[in-house]
Amino acid sequence: MNNLTIKETREKLANKEVSSVELTKEFLARIQQNNDQLNAFLTVTEEQALQDAKKADERIAQGESTPMLGIPIAHKDLYQTKGIRTTAGSKVLENYEAQYDGTVVAKLKTAGAVLVGKTNLDAWAHGSSGENSDFGPAKNPYHTDYVPGGSSSGSPVSVAAELCLAASGTDTGGSIRLPASFCNVVGLKPTYGRVSRYGVISMASSLDSIGHFTKTVEDNALYLQITAGKDPMDATTPPVAVPDYTQNISQGVKGLKIGVPKEYFVEGLDPKVKEIIEKALKWYESAGAELVDVSLPHTSYAIEVYYIIQTAEVSSNLARYDGIRYGNDRSFFGDEAKRRIMLGTYVLSAGYYDAYYKKAMQVRTLLKRDFEEAFKKVDVMITPASPTLPWKLGEKTDDPLSMYLSDVFTVHANLVGVPGLSVPAGFVETLPVGMQILGPHFSEDKLYQVGYAFEQANPVWEKRPIL
Amino acid sequence: MKINIAHVAKLANLSIDKSEETKFESQLANVLGYIERLNEVDTTGVEETSQVTGLENVTRDDKPDASLPQDVALSQAKNTHNHLFAVKGIFADE
Repeated sequence: MNNLTIKETREKLANKEVSSVELTKEFLARIQQNNDQLNAFLTVTEEQALQDAKKADERIAQGESTPMLGIPIAHKDLYQTKGIRTTAGSKVLENYEAQYDGTVVAKLKTAGAVLVGKTNLDAWAHGSSGENSDFGPAKNPYHTDYVPGGSSSGSPVSVAAELCLAASGTDTGGSIRLPASFCNVVGLKPTYGRVSRYGVISMASSLDSIGHFTKTVEDNALYLQITAGKDPMDATTPPVAVPDYTQNISQGVKGLKIGVPKEYFVEGLDPKVKEIIEKALKWYESAGAELVDVSLPHTSYAIEVYYIIQTAEVSSNLARYDGIRYGNDRSFFGDEAKRRIMLGTYVLSAGYYDAYYKKAMQVRTLLKRDFEEAFKKVDVMITPASPTLPWKLGEKTDDPLSMYLSDVFTVHANLVGVPGLSVPAGFVETLPVGMQILGPHFSEDKLYQVGYAFEQANPVWEKRPIL
Repeated sequence: MKINIAHVAKLANLSIDKSEETKFESQLANVLGYIERLNEVDTTGVEETSQVTGLENVTRDDKPDASLPQDVALSQAKNTHNHLFAVKGIFADE
């Protein structure tokens, strides 16, 4: 079990060293043993998991060897899973059983992955720490007094603590990349529209990106191979061909141009985090990449734009929860959802629309131009995923603005739709630090190539938490 | 700049009590004060961006397809009547 990857597990399954049923039982036992402490799972689907594992074993026995077959996974509890409770982390949907599978859920099911449970999150994916969950916060497995990051909080915890081999997330402003960084796992926010949003409870529809967590970069590519592609059920998935994500993964970084955006290395960045990212950049240089200084001049306005556009879209998406067709009524919303609904309603209301919403959509254009200019000069950019280390539980809960500012290095990518990969880069004492690799639209294969090169030479991911 | 919480809550169909009103008013005034920094940016003549990957006018074939069966669609509702969702009357005397 120790540090087992999807890739290795697939080999063990193919060689009959282990069956999917045995593997699933072991992960279920680990969940049973550790979930009280970590609060990573809101629902454990033991019975269904064992049935699905048995089916996977039958397919393996017939010689099938697709990449996710028989692999135990978890879904963020924002993903609709037919017949299984789907709460969005909110008391509004406390007893809601999804009536259909989302596209990603269905694709992974068809691929033979085994769902062991649904993971904790900030309610409606609103948050950066996991503490807005109506079911109590998930804990950082490296230090259980600290936050795991959010909003996808239980998923990276479940992967880091080896309660499953991969877990899904959603990233609207950093909700995959930040927690991946805090939990020493690999997290991908794909290009907007690369993975279907159908059947994932909507937060902000022009920003929501459907990604996932794994221990290693290669595992992450294997998972995306299943989930990426056009979906007739989501009109925002463009008809762009899906490449083989592992084909060029080991090509190295020689001759690649890596941009270092100066606006991400400013005051407010923890010097210890900075040191680790700078060390990683030096490694890339020694491996033959060229570091290029670039500038994204409107970066400092990204948070403002984000908290206008995102809350506007939230207020619209959450309008459907009226307790008539499903769930409880609107009195069950927690404080953070109420704050975002009200702010969003305000910026869209008559007399304020031009000053806030329209202005934000214009600055969004300038943010997009920043990236387009930068990617004329470089292949990818590298930044910290978070300006700070994971913080202590409770430290920011009474100050929404300071919580919002923790997304300062991640929201830009959502506003312009580019992909971002968070890769373990180092530790400050017991707390993990991740680096963010950003690329142009649909460059996930390049991000994997750049991340893989670092990971092979610097296997930071191997340091697992002691539970 | 202060948000009229009672008014916005009404627009958003949220019930907010007095003590919450005070708390939200100060928290949101904080956030609003921050986002007003956007006024520093010159956006004269800049187009708005609402879609980032360049898709336009996405349509599907006009063919009917299966949707959720009625019993499944109703399965999560607390109140149903004659195989329909039950809602409160719109007029006061009904």
